[in-house]
Formats: sequence, C-alpha cells, structure tokens
Amino acid sequence: MKPLGKNGRKKLEKVHIRLRVNGEETEVAFAPHKTLLEVLREDLRLTGTKHGCELGECGCCAVLVDGRPVLSCLALGVAMEGHEITTVEGMAVGTELHPLQQTFAELGAAQCGYCTPGILLTAKALLETNSRPSRDEIKEALAGNLCRCTGYIKILEAVELAAARMAGGQAEPAKETIYGWE
Amino acid sequence: MMADNGPDAMFVAGGTDLYPNMKRRQQTPKVVIGLTHVNELRTAKGQPKDGVVLGANVTLSEVTNDPRIRDAYPAVARAAELISTPLLRNMGSIGGNLLLDTRCNYYDQNYEWRKAIHFCMKKDGEICWVAPSSPRCWAVQSSDCAPVMVAIGARVKLVSTSGERMITAAELYNDDGIRHLNKRPDELLTEIHLPPVNGWRATYWKLRRRGSFDFPVLGVAVWLKLSKDGTVEDSKIILGGVGSHPIQAITAERMIAGKKLTEELIRDAAQAAYQPAKPLDNTDFAMTWRKEMARFYVAGTLRELAAQN
Amino acid sequence: MAGNNGGKRGLRVVGKPFVKVDAKAKCIGELKYADDLFLPRMLHTKLLRSTVPHARIISIDVSKAKAYPGVHAALTGADLPPITYGALPVSEDEYPLAIGKVRMVGDPVAAIAAVDEDVATEALDLIDVQYEPLPVVTSIQDAYSMPEPRIHEYGELGNIHRRQVYEFGSVEAGFAEADHVREDITFYEGSTHLALEQHASLAQFSHDGKLTLWTSTQDMHYLHRHLAKVLEMPASHIRVIATPNGGGFGGKCDPFNHEIVVCKLAMVTGRPVKICLTREEVFYCHRGRHPVLMSTKTGYKKDGSITAMHHRTILDGGAYGGHGVASTFYTGILQPTTYTLPNYRFEAVRVFTNKAPCGPKRGHGTPQPRWAQEIQMDKIADHLGLDPAEIRKQHAIAPNSITANWIRIGTLSLRQCIDKVVAGSGWKDKFRKLPHGKGIGIACSAYMTGTQTPIYYNKLPHSGVQLKLDRSGGVCVFCGSAEIGQGSDSILAYIVAEVLGIDPFDIRVVTGDTDLTPVDLGSYSSRVTLMTGNAAIEAAERVRHMLREAVSAKLEVPGERLSFADRRVFDSQNPDKGVSFVDAVCLAEEKYGTLGTTGSYKPPAAPGKYKGSTIGPSPAFSCTAAIAEVEVHPETGIVVVPRVWIAHDIGQAINPVLAVGQIEGCVYMGLGEALMEEMTYRGNRNLVHKFPSFLEYKSPTTLEMCDVITYLVEEPDANGPFGAKEVGQGPQLPVPPAIANAIYDAVGVRVDEIPLTPDKVLKAIRAKAKGQEGRYGPSVFPTCPMPPAMVVPTPFQGGDGKALEREPAVSKK
Ligand SMILES: Cc1cc2nc3c(=O)[nH]c(=O)nc-3n(C[C@H](O)[C@H](O)[C@H](O)COP(=O)(O)OP(=O)(O)OC[C@H]3O[C@@H](n4cnc5c(N)ncnc54)[C@H](O)[C@@H]3O)c2cc1C
Ligand code: SF4
Ligand code: FES
Ligand code: FES
Repeated sequence: MKPLGKNGRKKLEKVHIRLRVNGEETEVAFAPHKTLLEVLREDLRLTGTKHGCELGECGCCAVLVDGRPVLSCLALGVAMEGHEITTVEGMAVGTELHPLQQTFAELGAAQCGYCTPGILLTAKALLETNSRPSRDEIKEALAGNLCRCTGYIKILEAVELAAARMAGGQAEPAKETIYGWE
Repeated sequence: MMADNGPDAMFVAGGTDLYPNMKRRQQTPKVVIGLTHVNELRTAKGQPKDGVVLGANVTLSEVTNDPRIRDAYPAVARAAELISTPLLRNMGSIGGNLLLDTRCNYYDQNYEWRKAIHFCMKKDGEICWVAPSSPRCWAVQSSDCAPVMVAIGARVKLVSTSGERMITAAELYNDDGIRHLNKRPDELLTEIHLPPVNGWRATYWKLRRRGSFDFPVLGVAVWLKLSKDGTVEDSKIILGGVGSHPIQAITAERMIAGKKLTEELIRDAAQAAYQPAKPLDNTDFAMTWRKEMARFYVAGTLRELAAQN
Repeated sequence: MAGNNGGKRGLRVVGKPFVKVDAKAKCIGELKYADDLFLPRMLHTKLLRSTVPHARIISIDVSKAKAYPGVHAALTGADLPPITYGALPVSEDEYPLAIGKVRMVGDPVAAIAAVDEDVATEALDLIDVQYEPLPVVTSIQDAYSMPEPRIHEYGELGNIHRRQVYEFGSVEAGFAEADHVREDITFYEGSTHLALEQHASLAQFSHDGKLTLWTSTQDMHYLHRHLAKVLEMPASHIRVIATPNGGGFGGKCDPFNHEIVVCKLAMVTGRPVKICLTREEVFYCHRGRHPVLMSTKTGYKKDGSITAMHHRTILDGGAYGGHGVASTFYTGILQPTTYTLPNYRFEAVRVFTNKAPCGPKRGHGTPQPRWAQEIQMDKIADHLGLDPAEIRKQHAIAPNSITANWIRIGTLSLRQCIDKVVAGSGWKDKFRKLPHGKGIGIACSAYMTGTQTPIYYNKLPHSGVQLKLDRSGGVCVFCGSAEIGQGSDSILAYIVAEVLGIDPFDIRVVTGDTDLTPVDLGSYSSRVTLMTGNAAIEAAERVRHMLREAVSAKLEVPGERLSFADRRVFDSQNPDKGVSFVDAVCLAEEKYGTLGTTGSYKPPAAPGKYKGSTIGPSPAFSCTAAIAEVEVHPETGIVVVPRVWIAHDIGQAINPVLAVGQIEGCVYMGLGEALMEEMTYRGNRNLVHKFPSFLEYKSPTTLEMCDVITYLVEEPDANGPFGAKEVGQGPQLPVPPAIANAIYDAVGVRVDEIPLTPDKVLKAIRAKAKGQEGRYGPSVFPTCPMPPAMVVPTPFQGGDGKALEREPAVSKK
C-alpha cells in the first residue's frame, strides 16, 4: 500500500519493531507501509494467515489483535507494537488442537481450507465472549468471512460442536450432520 | 504535524476506508497521520439526558455495544451495527464513518481499471461517466451513520491549528461527489455530540444486497417528535445512499407536520419523500428499483416510529 | 441409516466419516498453498494488462521499466516463441503475452520480474504501449451483426466461434404426436468461481536445465503438455507440482498465461519467480459460467410425457476458446439424461466477444439447459394441472437405459430422490397451499461422473495409481490427481485402506506432481473419485494378491481363505491364525523383492458412433432432486430462501460427511447464482468488467445461506469404485430452477432469467397486477445461419449409434 508517486521511487527505510505474536516476542524489520498481513506472511513466514482480496472484502486474513478479530490486510504492521497478535498457528497448545480446530477437521468444515484460518480465529473470539452462541449469533459473528466451498453449514455445526465440548460436554455431532437425513 | 504536510497528508483512524482507496490509488496522500494512539479520541462521555459525546475514534463495535447508545440512541446503534462486517466494525471508527469518501462504481476500482475507462472527474480524469453531460461528480454518500446523525441533529467538533468549530452534521455535508465535506483537510474531527434524549424517536433502515459487507444503496433515517396524542410536532426524513449528500425530504416533512400518522398520510408522505431521491447507475442494483424502494422504506420507517409508544 | 450403506455392505472404511488426511494441516495453518512458498533469491512478477478491449498493438516499449532499479527482467510477447496454447486442441488461441493484438481488458501485454511486488508494480507504470483501437464486440447481438473485425481468424463465421447441430430421431414427428407444444426463451447469466485463493505460481529453473512449477492448478497434466509446447522444452524436463488449491470449481482448469510467464522469467533470470494474482486479475482469468440464451421448444402429451424437444442455445464465450467448445456441447448434450425424451434436436452457437473468456464452472455448461428445462417442466405441469413432482417422477429416465443421443445410463434413483424430498419437505401440504408470498418449488437433474474421452485424443489411461510398500509396513499411494478441497487425497487413502484392511492414517498420499506421480487427467468433470478410485482399487488388489500369496505360503492356509482387516492378514475360518499387516508386507518383500504395483483406469466405450458422440457419455450418472422454499416480498420483489431439501443418488458415499459437505456447497453455489451472482460488463465505457471485486461481485454470506436438508441415496453403480458416483457438481443443477419455480408458487410470476434479482421479480409482479403476463425474461432469440444437422437415429428407432447422411438443406431457424 505504498503511496506511489508516478514514476518516482521513494526511498523508504525499514522500521525495526518488537511484535508479540502467538505469545512470543519477536523483533522484525520491515518497510513501514507494510500491512500486518504482509509482515506476518513475508517477514515472519506465518503463512497460515491467508488473503483473498487485500481490500477488506473477504475475511480470509482475519487475525486476533488483543483478542479481537480484525483484518490484517487493512492494518499496518507498525501500528501493532504493544498489541498481542494471535494467528492460526497460535491456536493449538503444543500438539493439542483447539476444540474448534478439532471439530472443523472432524466435520469437514475445512474443504479447501483457505477461509479456515480466518474463520477459526473469528469463531475463537466469539466463543470467548459468548460460550454457547445460538446458530443466529454464530452466523452474525461469521458474516464477515466468506467461504465458497462449504455453504457454511459444516462451519456453523463445527462451531456449535466445539462450544458444546468446551462447555465440558462429551458432545458428538448429530447423525444428520454426518450421514444426512433418513 | 498536519500543518507541516499540507494537502498531501491525511488522517487515518481505522483505515478501512482510506487504505483500500490508497491500494487502488484513488487517494494518494504522501503522508498518513495515524490517530489510533490519541486516547482522547477513543472515549465516549456523558449521559443521554444531556447528550452523549462520542470521540471520533470510538470503533463502530464500541458504538454498537455501548449500553447508553443501545438504549437511548437505538437508531445510531442500529446504523453502526449494519455497517460492513463484524471484523471491519472492530477496526472502523465512527469519525471515519462520517467522513467516508463518496462512492461510485466507476471510481472504487483499481488504477488499471480506471485507466481503461480513461479515468473520471473524481480522480485523474475530466468527465463524469455516470452523467457525462454533467459538470459535477455524482458519487454517492455511503455512510450509514451520516443520515442518522443529520436526522437526529448531532453536531461535530472540528479542530485545527487555527482553532476549533462546532457544526451540525447537516452542515458537514455538501451535495457534490468530490467536495462532499465542508471540512478542510487539516481539520481534525474530534467529537460527535449526540443531542439530549428528550422525547424524540428515530430509526434507520438500510437497503443492500446482503446482510453484511455491503454499503447502503439506500438508507432512510427518520427522526420524529410526536405530541401525546400522536400529532407530529417536528420531523426529519433523511435519505442516504441516493445522492452525494444525505438528502432531506422536505416536502414529506411538511406534509406530516401537525398531523397524525395515519396509514394514508404515511403513504402520501412516502410518495413525496421518494421524489428527491436521485439514484444513478453507479452502485449495486438497478437504479429505478432503488428509487422505488425509497417509497417503501420511508413508509416503513414512519410506520415503525408511529407504532412505538 | 441413510448414507451408511458401507456398513451394511460389510465395508470397514468406505462409508465411514473418517477425518480427511489433510484436515488437520488445514486447521493449524500448516498446509502450503502456492503463495505460501518462498525460495531464496525469489523474484516477484507483475503483469501489465491491456486497458483496451480490442486493439492492435502498435508498439510496446519496456526499456524504461527494464532500467528501473530492482527490475531483473521485462518480457513482452516478442520474447516468447509465437506458439499458441489453449485448453482444447481445437481452439488453441492464446499467447502467454499478447502478440499483435489484445482482445479484452485484462489481456497480459508485458511482464516484469523484480525484487518485490512494489518495485514490479512501479515498473509497470514505465511501460509504454501504443494501441490502435478496433471496434468492440460486446454481446451475442454484436457478434451476430458484426462479422468484422474478427476477434479470432479461426472461428466458423465472423465472430461466431462454433456451431453444433444434432438431431436424434425426428422432432417434427415428435411434435406431430404431441397434444401441446410450447416454446420458452430463457437466459442464464454468467458467473465466476470466486475461489478464495487467488491463482499463484512459483517457477524455478535449475542449472541442469530442468524447470519446476508449483502452481494452483486443477489440471496439472494438461498444463504440463502446454508448458512443453510453448516453452519448446521436452516435457520430461518440466516438473509441475499442483499445490493444494484454495478452491477451484473449474476456475483453475485452463493453462494460464501467468503460469507460462513465470516459467519463462525463471529461465531468463536464473532465479525463482513467483506471481500471485490480485483479485481483479482473477476476474480476468475467469473461465466461468457462460451466459447462455436458450430457446426450448417442447412437445408434450396430456400425461406430461415429452414427445420431442428442440433446444437452441447461444453462448457468449468471451475472448478465447478455452474449454468453450466442450461447454457448447454441454449446453445440449445432457438434456436427454433426466426425463424420457424420444426425439431431440439441439443447436448450439458460441460467439466471441471482447470479455474475459468463459469456460468450465461447476456443472460445466449444464446448469443453463437444466434451468431451461426445469422451469419449462413447471409450466407444463401447471398447464396440464398436474403435480410437478409427480410429473417428474413419472417421466424420470429409467435406470440402465440408453438415451436418444446414445448415452448409457447405469443406476439412477431419481424417483427415490423425488420421494425423499417430497416427503421431507411436506410438499403435498404446501404446494399451491402456502399463503401469498410463500412458495415451494421442485427441480431435478442428472450429472456425469467423469467423461468418456480425455481432452486430447489418446488411448492411454485416464488415471494411474502407484503403490509402494516396504518392510516398515508403510503404504504410499502416488497419483497425479489435484486436491482442490473436495477430498481427493483422502479418497485414495480410504480406498486403499479398505482393500488392504488397514487404517487410512497408515497411508501416506502423494499427489499432483508430474515427476513423482503417474498421470491423472485432473480435477474436472466429477471424474476424480471414480477414476482414481478404480485405479487405486486395481493397484491395491494387485498388492493384496502378493501379500496373500506370501502369507498363504507362510501360514499354509489357502489364499482365498485369507482376510485383510484390522491391520492383520488372517484365516477367515480361524481368525486367531494370522500375521500382522507389517509382517505380511515383509513376507511379500522377501518373496517378490521390492514391492510396488500400479493400477490404471480407462472408461468403458460408449454406444454412440457419430462424430461428437464422445462428449456426454460417462461411466456413471448421479441424479438429484431438490425442493426450495421461498419467501417473496410482494412490494419489493426481494426473495429469501430459508430452506432447501435435496436428495442425491451418489451410488455409494465413500465418506458420508464429505459427501454431505459437497452437497451443501452445491446448494450454496446454486443459491448464489440464482439470487445474486453475475459477471457483467460496462459497455458504455470501453468494455470493462463492471465490478471485478469481492465486494461488488455478490456472493452469499452466512446470512443469505439457507438451511439444507440433505438425503444421501445410495444405489451403487457397477462402474464406480465400491459403487460410488459423483457428488461435487450435480447437486448444484436443480437449485436455481427449484427457486424460480417456488417464486411462481409464492406470487404467481415467472422470472425466466438468472439471477432472480428483486427488480426483475417486482417488474413481473407489477406486470401481473396490470393484467399483463406475469413474467420477466427474454422474448427474442436471434438466429444465425446454421450448418445442416447431423441426424442420428435413436435406439428407440432401432438405430446403430451412427449418423445418417447430413441433412440436405441449410436449416431455416
Ligand atoms: C468491505 C467494506 C465494507 C464496508 N461497508 C460499509 C457500510 O456498509 N457502511 C458504511 O458506512 N461504511 C462501510 N465501509 C467503510 C468503512 O469501513 C466505514 O465507513 C468505517 O467506519 C470508516 O472508518 P475508519 O476509521 O476505518 O476510517 P478511515 O479509513 O481511517 O478514514 C476515513 C476517512 O476519514 C478521514 N478521517 C478519519 N478519522 C478522521 C478524523 N478524526 N478527523 C479527520 N479526518 C478523519 C480519513 O482521512 C479518511 O479520509 C466498508 C468498508 C469496507 C472495506
Ligand atoms: S459520479 Fe462521475 S465523476 Fe463521480 S466518481 Fe462516479 S463517474 Fe467519477
Ligand atoms: S484479504 Fe480479504 S479481507 Fe483481508
Ligand atoms: S473451505 Fe474453501 S473457501 Fe471455505
């Protein structure tokens, strides 16, 4: 998003800043016009964060900043100093998947998987403020994340299943979710 | 800092309007001045009975979730809640929303696309492709909160090195797609003053293709003061998304003044209100249908407010 | 339990909801898509694209760009051999970078490789291109009336790319037999795939002269051939790796200019070169749904049986051929596969226009004719006072039959599918009984499971699988298929696990790599599960035979008594007697040496013998019935779809949860096309795409998506692996017409044009209120000179699958 002068090349110096990503402090130097998306993917090689438009129109690039889901393609990397950033790579604890990651895998809610990181993080933020959301509340929360593969249904079901499990239940998916209706 | 950089500098709050425009080279400031760290702009103060003051940088999510706004200014909460997507509302500010650039399908395109149409008057070109014979730009006022702020009579504070001034939201807007704001580039919007809540009622209806993402192709904000027996003492009917500024439906307002909102009057007022709407073929949906919908939406908002007790 | 046939049939893996082999990698962000790859010294590419829709190129000057600091190479068409390529051999009409002229806004003209994307973008501004504009062909009407200037020289007639005319039986005789004849003119707007992943490619040229391309492609094999041709290199020196696709839907099937360009740039610079398209550029790649104008004239009897159909289509193809000739066939050739149709005439025309080229999108060419027939069926039922569900059921095509155009149908449980959705939706209590503004509608379809012939003529297998086993007990499956999210990698693991009696997670799957994996033709035409599945079964059975022989010798149990299950090989009469799977592999390795088998698949020959008969036939047909419920607001025309019931005959679900997910995805895409998606252009200012963005190209969000009640109907087909048929495309077909039919039930108007936007619905409602015809849609069908039909006697007439002599005279209309 570098401000471009016609034909004129600007000499831009890198900024060197400290970021907290997935609970770890890291130092990184990058050109100041770089978006958080670019810093994460290109400079930190955290390529789990995806992009589908880089204009705020798809939701693929969602990450958590201080626990709130935002679009990394419209945030500047330099503005992130002092904030806690969570990407999809930071959801699992060790080898233990987050319940959402587990249910998304179980129900095939990640078909091509490209919208998945953004959706997982948005859903994680939802479940942290509303532990048992209704179907409509989940739809509202995910209304800024497009998916072209699933028709969203397996995604909604996976969020519900994860919520039930996080509430301490031994929840299993409905038969119809897996096998269709009789 | 703004004073140093002159017209080549722009403020940025959430960046959800400015950054996409910069990526598409519609707006090309040499310097952007971030406002996120200015804490004074990030708070909401006051109580509804005296009027609530919103810092310009309060995010749309915060506006929506503020109990004072939800309870006392439901039209504002509703307009904010209907903007873009939950992710964007966590970033976008109320101030940025009121100062949103006007939009047009010939303009909100990247550089190469605009080059293919030989650019237009709003940026890099000479002609308006929506209305080629017209001397002006017809880009559309597309902020959801703008018509509501105009309808309820909110005021905004503008600050610069040469002092500060308070103007009404209505005064902020100009009927021109390019010079759509009565605000100098060096003026910082700091506060939005919502009026005291003292018996008026207001609502906002938004028309768009999908339940999220989409900008309004029509937004109707109505503010009413009714007497005990339901007679209209005062009103504002403001149409957004169908012109370069929030359009006041004055004929309709006059028509309902001093009368009770019967079904028949509502229909007549809606008929009168839809006349000034001038949708052009530069947004989503067929323009004739958008104009039609103004009638339906005005009637709907009036009915909703008339039914509130 | 529906969807759990596998259990009933004694299968242990097939039919069970195993987690996909790549699911966890996707959920933790570990899976690498093409743009996630970084190589040391990698350069970045940007393409300069045409800003004019149709023009001769007078000059291109890249000298300033070349000299710009940070730029390593600048290419134009002159830097590549003047060799064309294109998806189909009959229409190889593309250059990687324009030579001589540009044919659409977005055609690539020059390419820059630079140290980063910013520098490359800045350098694009320094390229000077002079164009001499040519008249622009904007529409079907233009293409008919403007033979000159020609967009391509090789088309059949002026700007008409292709014409096809077939007559099976005699429509004239069929119409004579009918009680009624009606003609409907309908339109299906174009739409694009809008996969979330933007196309990306990374090329590397090594100093031993070998080229590697990682790219988001569905059809790696075809791309491989085109690269060899255009780069003039032996294919054996080129390695194409299909990275996991972030959505395909047909949009990553064609070989693309940017793929060839990064290869060339890697060869020129000696450095790895990457490109990732912007969203806008993805719209220029397009290859999506053709806009199709249709006229469907149908003769029918009082009982609703169809005596003849004369179906005409005109496709707005855009600027290039691509898969267009096949798309053109598909707008007619599968029409006889759903309801009994004794006489059928089909005339199709594809035109060139100066727009992004159309091609294969989910359902490739068939959602349009399905739309035409299904809304017409509804009108026929209405006219005859019959129940539209009943009439479909009565005239549904019989299983194990041959259609008028010589397509062999295997299993087909369309009637059962209709019963499921009728019962589930409460159709009988709702149809024509819901209050004004609410409605319900039905539509059906059948779809192929892979094509009988490959894209270029050859007699080689369509799919190959290799298995490698060793003493560790490890099983590795190699196959050239491309994972685009449909689960094709997982299907291989499930099938091999089923045959060998092990767990899918014991298996490693390697796919999509021309160096490592045997050829598979790619992820298109719903062919993957059937073809790679059958090849995998053959390879796995061959290795099972080796294990069986080895274990039989060791245990002294006759081979045919040995069972493979639970990671063991054992005597089925005395299950305690056996060896572990690992030991069985060791025994086999000892007996046979290094273990490896292959399997291949080639579809059976089809009965048709006429020219063109190779398009349409498929090893197996799936079928679907869908019922949609709608709410139509009579004052605004806004349509909301709360619910869709859908039953799909999948033969055998290899994995039910993935099958249900595919059906839900199909309903979603059908809903989007029905209500909002449109790929439209602005003709007033040059011919630009109206809104090449995610925001303005409308696709449904969570809030527009309807509830879906899915029924899996399992009628195994002898040609499918374990009886499986397709599920990735067919279920989309009935969704748009079911919605249109439901709108009629709700407010009594017909909208014969997709998308069903509120302005159109409201116009029809208003017209009806004024006493005019309550309809919105096209009413004129333009004509052009057509060649004589190829006349083919049907099986019902005792034909032999061959064509008669061509019709003598040029047909009139
Ligand atoms: C996909 C998408 C969908 C959207 N949908 C909607 C929608 O439905 N309705 C809607 O109303 N908007 C919509 N928006 C626009 C935008 O997100 C919102 O209007 C948002 O509130 C803008 O706030 P911001 O803080 O991000 O503005 P910024 O981008 O930071 O600023 C917007 C403008 O205001 C100026 N500015 C900001 N703050 C100040 C200040 N304090 N003083 C002086 N100048 C200032 C900036 O220089 C800039 O010109 C959408 C945007 C996207 C990308
Ligand atoms: S209204 Fe006219 S001048 Fe204004 S942005 Fe649109 S095309 Fe350009
Ligand atoms: S990449 Fe699409 S919203 Fe950020
Ligand atoms: S799973 Fe492919 S886009 Fe959502």
